[in-house]
Amino acid sequence: MRRLALRLVAIGYLLAILVGPLAIVFWRTFEDGFGSAWEALSDPDTVHAFELTLIITAIAVPVNTVFGIVCGLAIVRRSFPGKGLLNAFIDLPLALSPVVVGLALYLLYGRDGWFGGWLDRHDIQFLFALPSMIVATIFVSLPFVAREVIPTLREIGDEQEQAAHTLGASGWQTFWRITLPSIRWAVVYGVILTTARCLGEYGAVAVVSGRLQGQTETATLRVQEAYESFDVAGAYAISIVLALIAVTVLVLMTVIRPREERA
Amino acid sequence: MLPIAALVAASGEDGWSGFWDAVSSPQAVAALKLTLGASLVVAVVNAVLGTITAWVLVRDEFRGKAMMNAVIDLPFALPTIVAGLTLLALYGPRSPIGIDVAYTRAAIVLALMFVTLPFVVRTVQPVLQELDREMEQAAKSLGASEAKTFGRVILPNILPGILSGVALAFAKAVGEFGSLVIITGNLPYKTEVSSVYIFGRIESGDGTAAAAAAVVLLVISFGVLLSIGVIRHVTVRHDRA
Repeated sequence: MRRLALRLVAIGYLLAILVGPLAIVFWRTFEDGFGSAWEALSDPDTVHAFELTLIITAIAVPVNTVFGIVCGLAIVRRSFPGKGLLNAFIDLPLALSPVVVGLALYLLYGRDGWFGGWLDRHDIQFLFALPSMIVATIFVSLPFVAREVIPTLREIGDEQEQAAHTLGASGWQTFWRITLPSIRWAVVYGVILTTARCLGEYGAVAVVSGRLQGQTETATLRVQEAYESFDVAGAYAISIVLALIAVTVLVLMTVIRPREERA
Repeated sequence: MLPIAALVAASGEDGWSGFWDAVSSPQAVAALKLTLGASLVVAVVNAVLGTITAWVLVRDEFRGKAMMNAVIDLPFALPTIVAGLTLLALYGPRSPIGIDVAYTRAAIVLALMFVTLPFVVRTVQPVLQELDREMEQAAKSLGASEAKTFGRVILPNILPGILSGVALAFAKAVGEFGSLVIITGNLPYKTEVSSVYIFGRIESGDGTAAAAAAVVLLVISFGVLLSIGVIRHVTVRHDRA
């Protein structure tokens, strides 16, 4: 009896908060058939927004993957001054408001910022342009690969690496042949989480991009723009595409998690 | 690191009194109070419902459980702006069930519940999985009631998990922005939270006030991270003893 009650509470909670709202959006989008949703998606500004999101993600994900692996190795395998600090700081983007991240970049690279004058003199458009949006996205999605890699590295230990080293393998050989294969599922899992975060970033990019329609508007910014200009169908259609990506991410996570636990 | 330093420097541009004036302006204070209040409510809700959900996922068996387990991570994968929009579709002006919370404080709590849902579930779930069931059986066979078994045996074991999950959820709630933009209407003194207030200050070119309010959020984030570290430290020591 009690078991059943708890089960109903948990299911009701998830239905009310997560599944219900999403189902309604799906229903509302396709209420008038696929045609109107497709029309909304083929708007040139919307197409541009999706392209921009993909470019940013394609740059931010590889950067964060390399950084995450290097950071993970440094934190687990090496000891150096400031290691504790690095370990604490790596979590900061998870706890920090995206708006605060955006503002910090805005102040650093803006006209009166520390780097603003230098950028101005060299005629580099950083703020309200692609570079700042990439940097903001890298910042907010920084920890995911490292957070997945660190526990796995701790768990596998360094015996195999030492054995490889004793047998005369170079550092690179050890990394490619021993370390990387044993952490590969953790890396893949981290990459999936990073990709989801990059595609969905809103707050930090909203601050540094200036939200110029058709120029610096990403897919998530476009959702708000469409909604506020009373183009609800357009906002729903873009949301559906983003939600479908999110569902794909969930499926991938469910498939990969058991493998990671077995490895 | 450098951006954070620039942020702190900018907040102090007009000296200590300028910083204090910016932080204590009525609109900033109202926004901060609302942010902390709503985050606190959401943290408590998460502690209860998150623990129940984790419990059901570990101890209960029913069809569709694997699906339910996968759905928990949805807020991690779904863009926050889409989260706000979807909540408005069910609980907004065109609600099919007649509940309209758009532009109210209830909408803030709802949006924050959405984005923080996975934290407590995901920190409590692994602890429950590893919990030794023999202890519970021992307690039961010694005549403890179910409530007593939960309070004396299970709760002390999962409490560190609940607390660190709640702390993460609280930190996330305090800084949340994307899901609140559409759903709250951003009415100053009524539904404007700190992150939205900061965004508004940036848009109107008042970088110093924005930086000052941002430093307050930064300090809160640091505090929460620090307390999670302390919770972990205490737990590890407890395990060794």
